[in-house]
Amino acid sequence: MSGLRFEIDGVEIAARDGQTIMEAADAAGVYIPRLCDHEGLRHQGGCRVCTVKCNGRSVAACTEPAPPDAVVENETPHINKMRRDLVEMLFHEGNHLCPICEASGNCELQAMAYRLDMTDPTRFPYLEPCRPVDASHPDIALDTNRCISCGRCIRASQDIDGKGIFGYVGRGIHRHVAVNGPDLAHTDATIDDVAVSADVCPVGCIIRKRVGFSRPIGERDSDHGLIGSNAKAKADD
Amino acid sequence: MSEPRLIEISPVTRVEGHGKVTIHLDADGNVDEARLHIVEFRGFERFIRGRLMWEVPVIVQRLCGICPVSHHLAAAKAMDQIAGVDRPPPTAEKMRRLMHYGQVMQSHVLHFFHLAAPDLLFGFCAPAEKRNIFEVLKEHPELGRRAIMMRKFGQDIIEATAGKKIHGTAAIPGGINQNLPIEKRDAFLKDLADMEAWALDALALARNYTLEHMETVQNFAAFPSHYMSIVREGDGALDLYDGNLRAINQAGDRLFDQLPCEAYCDVITEDVRPWSYMKFPFFKSLGPDDGWYRVGPLARMNTIDFIDTPLANAARDELIAANGGVAHAILANHWARMIEVLHCVEKIRELLHDPDLQGTELRATGDRRFEGIGVIEAPRGNLIHHYEVDENDQVTYCNLIVSTTHNNEGMNRAVKDVAIKQISGQPEITEGMLNQVEVAIRSHDPCLSCATHALGQMPLKVDVIDASGSVIASRATDS
Repeated sequence: MSGLRFEIDGVEIAARDGQTIMEAADAAGVYIPRLCDHEGLRHQGGCRVCTVKCNGRSVAACTEPAPPDAVVENETPHINKMRRDLVEMLFHEGNHLCPICEASGNCELQAMAYRLDMTDPTRFPYLEPCRPVDASHPDIALDTNRCISCGRCIRASQDIDGKGIFGYVGRGIHRHVAVNGPDLAHTDATIDDVAVSADVCPVGCIIRKRVGFSRPIGERDSDHGLIGSNAKAKADD
Repeated sequence: MSEPRLIEISPVTRVEGHGKVTIHLDADGNVDEARLHIVEFRGFERFIRGRLMWEVPVIVQRLCGICPVSHHLAAAKAMDQIAGVDRPPPTAEKMRRLMHYGQVMQSHVLHFFHLAAPDLLFGFCAPAEKRNIFEVLKEHPELGRRAIMMRKFGQDIIEATAGKKIHGTAAIPGGINQNLPIEKRDAFLKDLADMEAWALDALALARNYTLEHMETVQNFAAFPSHYMSIVREGDGALDLYDGNLRAINQAGDRLFDQLPCEAYCDVITEDVRPWSYMKFPFFKSLGPDDGWYRVGPLARMNTIDFIDTPLANAARDELIAANGGVAHAILANHWARMIEVLHCVEKIRELLHDPDLQGTELRATGDRRFEGIGVIEAPRGNLIHHYEVDENDQVTYCNLIVSTTHNNEGMNRAVKDVAIKQISGQPEITEGMLNQVEVAIRSHDPCLSCATHALGQMPLKVDVIDASGSVIASRATDS
């Protein structure tokens, strides 16, 4: 097997041919922030939170092939500010009420906001869209107020479950995730689908019914460190 | 003869939430009308509709930052019923009770020391700049330190049981999401002796104030009313977490007793008046004019048969004896409040020695129902949460009757009583006189934020009044 080397923020990274920058970084225990990317799903390059500078050019780390001998900038003030702007715009687009959300503490959007030091409300005016809660399914509910259109459920449903329960509809600012029926109850979705498993949806949009708030404060994903702070330990495993 | 005048006290200070008082004086300077207006609007009963049932205990507690535990638990009790659980496992119920006792303790301590003590220690007419907690700390540093430490103890109990000091998430439909680790239990046990001693001292302070100022206390907005609370099923003991409804009339005779909380609608209804966002509940059988009643610490002392902890029970006996039976003096609320602080410390001790707190059966399930009514005794009095949930788990109906709402008519009467006695006919109206009006409100420890969750169109009335006081234009929207 051939390999190549490049550096991220001065750290030398070894990569295999065909790996993306993010895959190589993950293997080396270097965290690159991301929201639409998820282990086991094909890369999308949609959210752009994983944007890094590769030899001075902005690229999505989740889709960009690992570049031989390149210099990659990841955690710079400029890049993190850009990431924070993106995350702020996600808060501005939806209705993200962390204090009452059952995903709070286990939410990647919230965790990313903390990591990127977004400690105030977004400076962009809230759009406050009117979005329905689809609770028609006996085991699953969709609260699309919290959807960030990352498409993880779409890829999981299409590529792993082979069902295509979820998909994008609309264009531009009106583009959003929808189900392939009048409501979730009238689709093939089941509680065993990977697309509705607890860690595929990064926010509190896809909800397993009647288990909300079962994890006490102190035992949630984000209670013991910033998102990505376990990257090294994960790589060592 | 002078012009009619309108005096406005806005905002009312050292209470939770935002309200104002208007006092209308006639041409002779006599009080024509005096009202407590609640000027904030919350709308929880409306926007909770459509939300999912397990979210409710977490959402509705945001009504309040002082007593969120009360709303959290009342909603959780309602959701227990909807989840088909009549009684959560012992560990869950005892964790919730521990949370509630911590909550009542810290809320009462906050009110007595931080909000009311400046009036009691320095006098109702003391300079305004003196009537605050910082002056209490300056002149009574040890008292102030204890107040802070007692409140901290209560809040630490809440954090250990709910997950956070404010707005925790532990109570879930059918149970609780955690038990109490041994190390946390032991940390609380170490502080209990101090807490009990300080609670006894605080009780003595409130008791002595009442007895030493009995003439003032008996004449300060001390008018008879009906009272209501829940009492423990069977023996009628004080039970802040669970029980059945009991109401007594002015003489202490029971209007209803051991009424299941689910039947509250049979005995209570609410009136709406256009000048306040807060509703006016009353007993249906007596009508709005005679059926108003009060809730809270003093109401509980009046309605219960006894307290099941010895120190608090002895103190309650003394309060009832000192008042010659049913206590109507609103300033005696402070005494009652400190009795309950002592009761909470005694109950916390009892619970901390109970091994069920370390149990692992945290949640029960049952056959789904579509309606749930959770009733609890919050620090400020009886609290009713009523919900209907559809087959999709979404809330379709919500009615909340909070303690301050129960006390709405009583507070308004107290405001008018004090205004007439203190202000009518006075050539000069001083700040101290106006503070006495606030003292009357403050003694109920109202939480105006909790009380303003009105459903439907906002009631609003605007009067345009000319220089002589005549209404020249009026626009109103009814709720």
